[in-house]
Amino acid sequence: MAAVLPPQPLELPLAEQGRRPPERRRVAPWGDAVFAFLAQGAAWVTLALMAGIIVSLLLGAAPAIKQYGLAFLWTSEWDPVLEKFGGLAMIYGTLATSVIALVIAVPVSFGIALFLTELSPMWLKRPLGTAIELLAAVPSIVYGMWGLLVFGPILATWVQQPMQKLLNGVPVLGSLVSGPPVGIGILSAGIILAIMIIPFIASVMRDVFEVTPPMLKESAYGLGSTTWEVVSKVVLPYTKTGVIGGIMLGLGRALGETMAVTFVIGNMSQLNSISLFEPANSITSALANEFAEAGDGMHMSALIYLGLVLFFITFVVLALSKLLLNRLKKSEGGTA
Amino acid sequence: MTTASASRLRMHNKRKRVNAVALTLSLGAMAFGVFWLLWILYETARLGLGGIGLATFTEMTPAPMATDGGLANAIFGSLLMVGLATLIGTPVGVMAGVYLAEYGQKTLLGSTVRFINDILLSAPSIVIGLFIYALVVARMHTFSGWAGTLALALIVIPVVLRTTENMLSLIPNALREAAYALGTPKWKVILSVTLKSARSGVVTGILLAVARISGETAPLLFTALNNQFANYDLGKPMANLPAVIYKFAMSPYENWQQLAWAGVFIITMGVLALNIAARVLFKNKH
Repeated sequence: MAAVLPPQPLELPLAEQGRRPPERRRVAPWGDAVFAFLAQGAAWVTLALMAGIIVSLLLGAAPAIKQYGLAFLWTSEWDPVLEKFGGLAMIYGTLATSVIALVIAVPVSFGIALFLTELSPMWLKRPLGTAIELLAAVPSIVYGMWGLLVFGPILATWVQQPMQKLLNGVPVLGSLVSGPPVGIGILSAGIILAIMIIPFIASVMRDVFEVTPPMLKESAYGLGSTTWEVVSKVVLPYTKTGVIGGIMLGLGRALGETMAVTFVIGNMSQLNSISLFEPANSITSALANEFAEAGDGMHMSALIYLGLVLFFITFVVLALSKLLLNRLKKSEGGTA
Repeated sequence: MTTASASRLRMHNKRKRVNAVALTLSLGAMAFGVFWLLWILYETARLGLGGIGLATFTEMTPAPMATDGGLANAIFGSLLMVGLATLIGTPVGVMAGVYLAEYGQKTLLGSTVRFINDILLSAPSIVIGLFIYALVVARMHTFSGWAGTLALALIVIPVVLRTTENMLSLIPNALREAAYALGTPKWKVILSVTLKSARSGVVTGILLAVARISGETAPLLFTALNNQFANYDLGKPMANLPAVIYKFAMSPYENWQQLAWAGVFIITMGVLALNIAARVLFKNKH
């Protein structure tokens, strides 16, 4: 056995000769405790942040909650001068723009995910996927400015005016498209939101489509299914919860988006017209426009109340999204 | 041909047609997505490049209708606040990510933090602004650069936390075990083995966080506010690129709008460059 041992150096350096190996030095014995404490502390910061947001919103909104109660949610009058506040116009604006965004973004995102997982040649997958993800990286203020100064006027000239001509005098539809042809309002905000949330929904859909076991898909192909049949009857049912989770994530993003909406929605708290082209307001745009000038008092408190409503809605939507996505992960038994 | 096989053929053709339509629509959706990206980039370049000169980076924001002026104070403010916010937010995010990946994978605290963090990641950033307003601005009775920095730092944390945790969980356990077997204490294992192996991933997360906060406007509107003049004092309201763009773009003045486009071009290029750098960095390692 001794023969296989590596050859020992013939002589040790002079200083080491005749000495026992040095006592093993422990590097900073308290290091572990401190490090674990710091890591845990940092984790607590996240929870404290969430708690702090909720508490500060509740405190700030307390006067308005006391004064208006839940009726705030279905009163539409918003008059800082007379100190009459109701959030319906903004809540409507937020919901309407987000719904429009979803109606456009969901089918498009599905198409993109389908293309990226089933159709795209290998060499195109990465660049196209990156392009879609970069759409999410573009700052919202860029979308806002582009929407106001480039997209809005085009929408007005090529969509609103022809629609107005076409629907002139038609009872409900006619009033849906009334308004000055400058391209601001609920519809343009909704379209821009759609562009902004497409990357979020599309990349979740792509990711969940990719976790479908190849065996399932190949079996379906083997039976002679077309690509569309494989996607709509095998992949989609298998990944249903993940797809809904992705849509909820997009919805959460759309509800809370601020700058892009503030630029194009027109910032008028009114509910007199159902037109998609009249200036309107959303929770986020009201906050962005009025908060810094509101001054202490009921106006500010009412704005924080709006913020609280927004936070509550997005919290619920995002939590649902997370739960759905987690469920898919569990059922597939994966970890990351 | 029998009727049965004829109907089967019809069925077959119909399925093929449906498939062709669906795939064409999918191709269309892809083109639709890429189209917006290209259009937005084209317009920001077309409208922004013309306004960019040396003066953009050296002169202060001008009065309306002036013929000169630049964005120097806004660019300075943005760089300062983004830099400080990254310095403040990154250690917290990395440490919390370390906790989730190395200490608390299965603990209640771990799973709660993971859940809450994912919500914070997508929560409306304007709400962070409200929070910092109540926490800092209302108490100090003034808008300030510090308030803006803090608001941005709070946005950095969830982004960095998420990527750090993901990257650390990709590190094979054998690596950790090898280090432990040599008698290395846990903190040393984390710092010199796991975090070091996950370095490029963690840096990717930091770059993405910087990209994210560089374009954030909403949380700055009522924290840092804006400042028309040169200000190097973080205790006072501070100009920043997004807020200046917002103010200038909404104004009717030609020179302000031109500068706003220049600012939009600078921000877009910066953010896209950061994103691409993050991707390249990550790809080279994995």
